[in-house]
Amino acid sequence: MTEFRNNRPTVTSESAPSGVDQAPRFGVADAAERPIDIAPQISLRGLRKTFGTVTAVDGIDLDVHDGEFFAMLGPSGSGKTTVLRMIAGFETPTSGSVFLDGTDATGLPSYRRDVNTVFQDYALFPHMTVAKNIEYGLLVDKVPKSKRVQRVGDVLEMVRLHGFGDRRPTQLSGGQRQRVALARALVKRPKVLLLDEPLGALDLKLREQMQLELKAIQRDVGITFVFVTHDQDEALTLCDRLAVFNNGRIEQLGAAQDVYEFPATAFVAGFVGSSNFIRPHVAREVFGMSGSFAVRPEKVAILPRGGPVSAGAAHIDGVVRDVVYAGAVTRIVVDGPAGLTLSSMVLNTASELDASIRRGTEVTLSWPAAALRRISD
Amino acid sequence: MAADQGLAPTRSPSYLSTRPRARLALLLSVPLLWLVVMYLGSIAVMLVSAFWMVDDFTGAVVQTFTLDNIVRLFADPLYGTVALRTILVAAGVTLIDVVIAVPMALFMSKVASPRARVALLVAVTTPLWASYLVKAYAWRVVLAPNGPLAFVTGGHTPGYGLTATVITLAYLWLPYMIIPVYAGFDRVSDSLVEASFDLGANAWRTIRSVALPLVFPAIAAGSIFTFSLTLGDYIAVGIVGGKTQLLANVIYGQLVTANNQPFAAALSLIPLAAIVLYLFSMRRTGALENV
Repeated sequence: MTEFRNNRPTVTSESAPSGVDQAPRFGVADAAERPIDIAPQISLRGLRKTFGTVTAVDGIDLDVHDGEFFAMLGPSGSGKTTVLRMIAGFETPTSGSVFLDGTDATGLPSYRRDVNTVFQDYALFPHMTVAKNIEYGLLVDKVPKSKRVQRVGDVLEMVRLHGFGDRRPTQLSGGQRQRVALARALVKRPKVLLLDEPLGALDLKLREQMQLELKAIQRDVGITFVFVTHDQDEALTLCDRLAVFNNGRIEQLGAAQDVYEFPATAFVAGFVGSSNFIRPHVAREVFGMSGSFAVRPEKVAILPRGGPVSAGAAHIDGVVRDVVYAGAVTRIVVDGPAGLTLSSMVLNTASELDASIRRGTEVTLSWPAAALRRISD
Repeated sequence: MAADQGLAPTRSPSYLSTRPRARLALLLSVPLLWLVVMYLGSIAVMLVSAFWMVDDFTGAVVQTFTLDNIVRLFADPLYGTVALRTILVAAGVTLIDVVIAVPMALFMSKVASPRARVALLVAVTTPLWASYLVKAYAWRVVLAPNGPLAFVTGGHTPGYGLTATVITLAYLWLPYMIIPVYAGFDRVSDSLVEASFDLGANAWRTIRSVALPLVFPAIAAGSIFTFSLTLGDYIAVGIVGGKTQLLANVIYGQLVTANNQPFAAALSLIPLAAIVLYLFSMRRTGALENV
């Protein structure tokens, strides 16, 4: 697989990056556009890791910049966690290098790296109180007592756990433990915070709330956050840039919006959000184009058969096979020509369903020409 | 209930399924009977007999209340000395086993490959299959004046005595320390160790501040075995101890040689009290809360 670093189309280039500290959400696509004189906070070069005969990480090159909220997204077994563990220093790369803040940290033990980790299971010390857990890293660094108390108090305030210092981890809820883990890592004031599926163990509501909090905290402290997740919604919600992992490699690297709108490969188009795929033979037969294509369901509009199609939009005729109501949206599955099946996602703005579209209705599907994205397989 | 009938062939609820108390009684009556009557009962009878006396002429136990045996325990300095020596031996054996077991268990659970771990577990537990007597005799051979140890060290052996007893007992009870400590380390999740490294602690600091506090309950559990087994041992000391007198062989002497069962019972109050005190002191450290 190739890294599609520069496939960004001209449409979005007016929102080009403005500065390092602003960390704009959209448009910061790649390292090349950054000022060159700033060493990346994390720099991975040719990183490989094998366990026995299994190759977990297969040649990763990646730069993560100062103050970025960066996501490593991929299915389980794609190597994203192993990469995170090599940045933290828990695994030694089989080959390749890890640079932290411009210096080679490949062989450095984790306790001598200026990065801290929020573990998936939080890894709170069960024999210590919340305050002692947070204080531990400062104690190890021989920070004077008065400063320790001050900093522990401050960070507890930041994660909104003021007054919980004397509790034991077992006396806390999942969300509270998650915050303690965050506080324990942040109190060390690292340059980089690594988060390994930090919200995986929380229920949906709490996860959404913690996403917002994480984002706010990252904005406040302004350090680099690198987090690993298999949840594409979470990655899109939180990060400035993301790398999509598959089989130990990066399939695509870019700003969240770019990766979503312009997936480079079939894997990315299918893993980040959902896509309608148009295989080469269908593309040739129906559209007279060569190659594979993908189009997002929400870009596909449903019109009455023969209805007016806006200028420049692609359209095909089809028959509704299924109407699936899912709360906010309704998914309509349509059988088109040449065995093509397309989904359309319609926002349920009215409180009643459109009764004119049901199983068997003949419709026309239409989408802006730009929504059809060419992908490599 | 009515709904159930539609699903499966109807069966009237059995007597036990609707009566949890009856179920519990049936389950526990036999073991409880055994525990109370046989186990605690026999100890209670022994304790009561400590306050009886022996007819000097016939040697028969006379069931008349007397404090003579207790008074004799305190009056004769010999018993105090033996008691102190025994407790020191038990403490020494426990300490030696802790010092050997902790690094061993740490290696087994956190460092060794799965294959090496199994091999070590087998190596640690296999001696438990051999008779206790055989193992004690093996050490008698090792420590003999012309034995292998003397051969290797050029004649320097501790000989039969207190040192030999401590060595042999530490050997005998080592598995009872390694197994719980190994299980204890196994329960310490790897991510806790990694978290400690991540926060800047080196290996030594991590062991001291994270691993050891978390396995302390396991060490305490192991020490209860090594401590109480040592207090009760009279065979190993008889085989490798030379003339060394420990509580258990003094008790054995009173019971068998001197035929003074009430005084033997009185003597056995000492290890019993020692173990109870030990358990309470362990409880004070909080070690038994998570076991």
